[in-house]
Formats: sequence, structure tokens, C-alpha cells
Amino acid sequence: MGIEEKAGNLGIVTTTLETVVNWGRTNAMWPLLFGLACCAIEMMGAQASNYDLSRFGMELNRASPRQADLMIVAGRVSRKMAPVVRRLYDQMPEPKWVIAMGDCAACGGIFNNYAIVQGVDEVVPVDVYVAGCPPRPEALIDGIMMLHQKVMREKINGKKEAPIRIEHPLVQVK
Amino acid sequence: MAEPITVPTPQQIIEPAIAGRTETMVLNMGPHHPSTHGVLRLVLELDGEVVVNVAPDVGYLHTGIEKTMESKTYQKAVVLTDRMDYLAPLSNNLCYALAVEKLLGVEIPERAQIARVLLTELQRISSHLVWLGTHALDLAAMSVFLYAFREREQILDIFELVSGARMMTSYFRIGGLAYDLPADFIPTVEQFLAIMPSRIDEYEDLLTANPLWLERTVGVGVIDAQSAIALGLTGANLRATGVAYDVRKAMPYSGYETYSFEIPIGKNGDIYDRYRVRMAEMRQSVKIVQQATERLRELGPGPVVTSNRKVAPPPKHEITESMESLIHHFKLWTEGFKPPRGDAYVSIESPRGILGCYVVSDGSPKPWRVHFRAPSFINLQSLAHMAKGRLVADLVALIASLDPVLGEVDR
Repeated sequence: MGIEEKAGNLGIVTTTLETVVNWGRTNAMWPLLFGLACCAIEMMGAQASNYDLSRFGMELNRASPRQADLMIVAGRVSRKMAPVVRRLYDQMPEPKWVIAMGDCAACGGIFNNYAIVQGVDEVVPVDVYVAGCPPRPEALIDGIMMLHQKVMREKINGKKEAPIRIEHPLVQVK
Repeated sequence: MAEPITVPTPQQIIEPAIAGRTETMVLNMGPHHPSTHGVLRLVLELDGEVVVNVAPDVGYLHTGIEKTMESKTYQKAVVLTDRMDYLAPLSNNLCYALAVEKLLGVEIPERAQIARVLLTELQRISSHLVWLGTHALDLAAMSVFLYAFREREQILDIFELVSGARMMTSYFRIGGLAYDLPADFIPTVEQFLAIMPSRIDEYEDLLTANPLWLERTVGVGVIDAQSAIALGLTGANLRATGVAYDVRKAMPYSGYETYSFEIPIGKNGDIYDRYRVRMAEMRQSVKIVQQATERLRELGPGPVVTSNRKVAPPPKHEITESMESLIHHFKLWTEGFKPPRGDAYVSIESPRGILGCYVVSDGSPKPWRVHFRAPSFINLQSLAHMAKGRLVADLVALIASLDPVLGEVDR
């Protein structure tokens, strides 16, 4: 059954603490159930049957920020909503990560106006930016996997890496 | 007419509670709550677990879409309409395009009309599938969500085939369509039509006679026809009370009068009836899509944008051949067209109810004012009326059954 057959009797495994901790964090990363606008529908799509985010151990969305590790800011953040986003982020326990999903969360998108915060990084620190309006579920999964790789590289001293930007070429139209 | 129905403001509930004048408890639900379908905040006044009063507090997703439209030319503003009701972007495109077309007085080619009807009906199905999935999810029926999204992905694939985008298509432009339908469009739609009726049966198998579902929905959130009309309730929520009002029949647009379909209605105006009405609507939409596909096949290829050169640019081959056409194309996209002074109002039946668009022109290439009558926003005001005296758990079911989209509520 499973890994024992392949690797023999694994009585002792040598590895680094960092690797084990980071491995554990990537494989049980619980996102906050937090949809703001259009991107939330694509986020739901990523979790639904066709794209099946549970392959990455990510299907368990927690509605309470106190049980979540990852905030996927899916949609535009209005000025009225920004303090709420910050409060939710503050309520999440460390370690925590943020994905800015979609152009609005990344930079304001097409809404350069009085109502929309021009990028959620004005309010919370972002780890991965996923471009698209809205990004396809594949793009979100790509962003999540990139975050996983980033978490695997994290040092135990708690220093964080610079944010990653995922850009996708525009869809070619005939 | 009975006494007028009032919708409380959050302050009306919060202030007496702070002053200690009430025995009831004030509870804040949202804007971050899994079953408010977005960022809706509700201020609840509770007596134990019974809801005494509800005040919706909207604006957490205010995007300034109407104001931003005033700084765009008429063609460019189409993109903004997608992001209002993000479950039905094509309905929004259609409503705005129809309003501007009314202002301009342009005629739309037959092929574009049929494509518009076909795609908005597919959009209705996809929107109802999200409603069904999330409604069931709120009442703890997880599997329905997974089934509903399976079919929704198929519809999104059709949209992607047509426009290159899954959700924000911006495919209906002023004067017709953005570009012609692809060659494999009709076979793809027919493939979808072949399976969809049996899939709707599948959802009904899961829910319609499910005792848990019946327990949570029958007799909950009841509203009578008179109050529903007084509160401006539209769409499936109104039809569940027994009022057979559908804009597609009452004020047909895009040639809906030539399609044969029925308006499903309910009787009791409770959550279960709303569920039944929407399920039946999906079947009717399948019927309309079938008819539209047949017509499209009979009609064959043809123009998809109006021949009015003041509104639509010249076709591509002319631009490569004639300097005047190139200049004309350039001017049309940089300056925009100038509709006559005046205003136009058009309402359509979006998946959520009557979606209206009011455009005022001052004769410049940019709209002076654009206003949307957003059905979600107006449907929300009946929440307090329906929730009074019910439990908090019923409120969750009630919000889901109203099917609000917060992007449209706040715009």
C-alpha cells in the first residue's frame, strides 16, 4: 500500500524541518471563503467538478478567517469594503498568504474611479497576483500552485519573498 | 390597498439598541458571510432566534459603473455593463445595446437578433445553474452544486467559442454583434441541447421531492402577489406568487414575440415555488434555444451588424482597400458616434427580473447619464417583509431564493 511498497521500510527519514513544515503547509492550505465580485464565480468554478481544486488539498473553504491560511481576494475591492478586507486579514492566524485574483484586485482593473481601491495591495500584503478579467480557473490554479512553490521555499526565520505576478497573454480572437 | 410596506434602514435598528430602548438583540450578518451571495450586509433584530426586523445595508461593492460610463464613448461603455450582473453579462450587454439602439433608431440584422436571443437564453440557464448550486449549498446540499457547475462549464465553453471569453463576453455591441458566430457554433449548441433536459431532470431528482429540501423551503419566505407588486418584485420571484408577468411576453424585444414558450408561474410565493419556477424556466429556455438554433440554420450566413455606417464600422475587407473606409473606421472608434439629443428606456427580462436601462444623450459621443434599473437591488427590499417572524436559518434560504447579485445591487 502506497509509499511503503515503493520506498521500502521507512523507519527513519532525514529531512530539514523547513521542508517538513512547508510541505505540511502547502498540502493543507485552507482558503477563506471570500468572494467579492465576478472573480468569485470563477473561483467557485475552480472548486467545482470540472477543475476540482481538491486535487491540491484546497477544496475546504473556511467561512471564518480564524480557520483560514489563504485569502483569495476575488474581485474588486470598493472603498467601503477595504476596511472589512483588512479586518478579515488581521483576524487570520499566522502564517497567512494572499492571492490577488483578477485585474481589479491586482491594480483596479478597468475601474479607475472614485469607488474602487486601485489594487488590494494598498490594504493587505499580496503574495501572488493573478491577471485576467476574470482569470480562468486554470489561471487561478496556476497561481495557487505558484504560491505552493513559494511556500516550499520559505525560510523558518519567517522572511517573506517578493510577490509573484502571473501574466497571461490575451485570448486571441479570430 | 393595505398599509404601505416600509423597508427599515440599519440606523433604525441599531440606534434604539445602542440606546438600550429594546429587549431584542442586534446581530450583524455580513458583509463577509458565506450565504449572503457576495458582500451584502444585513442588520438583524432578533428575539431569540426569531427575526423581528431586517435592514439590508448595500454598497460594499459599489463600483461607480454608471458614473464611469459617462466618461466613455457609447461603444466603450459596453465593457462596463458586463461587470454589473456578472452571472448574466450578456443580458446586461443586450439591455444597454437595445437602449442605445433605440436612441439611434438603427435596425439590427435578423441573424444578430436570433444570436442575441439564443445567447441570452443560454445565459439564463447558466445563471439559474449558479443560483441552483449556491442555493442548495446554503441549505447543505453539496452535490447539486457540483452537478450544476458541470453543465455551466459547457455553456461557458459555448461563450468562449463565440466571443473568446468565458464570462465577460462583451459580445453584443451597439448595432449587432462583435463578430460573426463561428462555423461550429450550431453543432456545439445542439450537443448541449441534447443533454440539458435530462440534466434538469437529474437536478429535480435530487431536490424536488427531497424531504429535507421541502422542510426548508415549503411555506418559508411567503409573499402574496399584491405585496410583491407593491415592493417592485420582478422575475421568478414575482412569478412564483402567481403573477404571469414576463417582459419577453409583455413588451417583446429582439423578436421574442415570434418564439413559442410559456411563462411558468407558482402559486404560494414561497421559496419552493421560486425554485419550481426557475427550474421550469430553464426548460423553457432550452425550448427557445432549440427554436433559435433551427432558425439560425435555416437563415444561413448573413450580416451580423447594422449596415448603418454611422454606427458600425465598414467591413474589414473595405478597410484594407479604401482609404475613406480606413479613415471612417478610425474616426468611429476614436471619436465615437453622436446620437441625437434625447433619452431612451428599454427593459428586458434578465435572469433576475426586469432589467431596465435608461440612457440620456446630450448629442455628444458620450452618454450624459446612464441608469440601470437593477432587479437584484429592488428585489432585496422585500427581504424584510418576507423574513419577519421567521428563524435566522430561514433567512439564509430566503436570500438564496431571491438570487441577488451584489455586483448589480451596488453597480
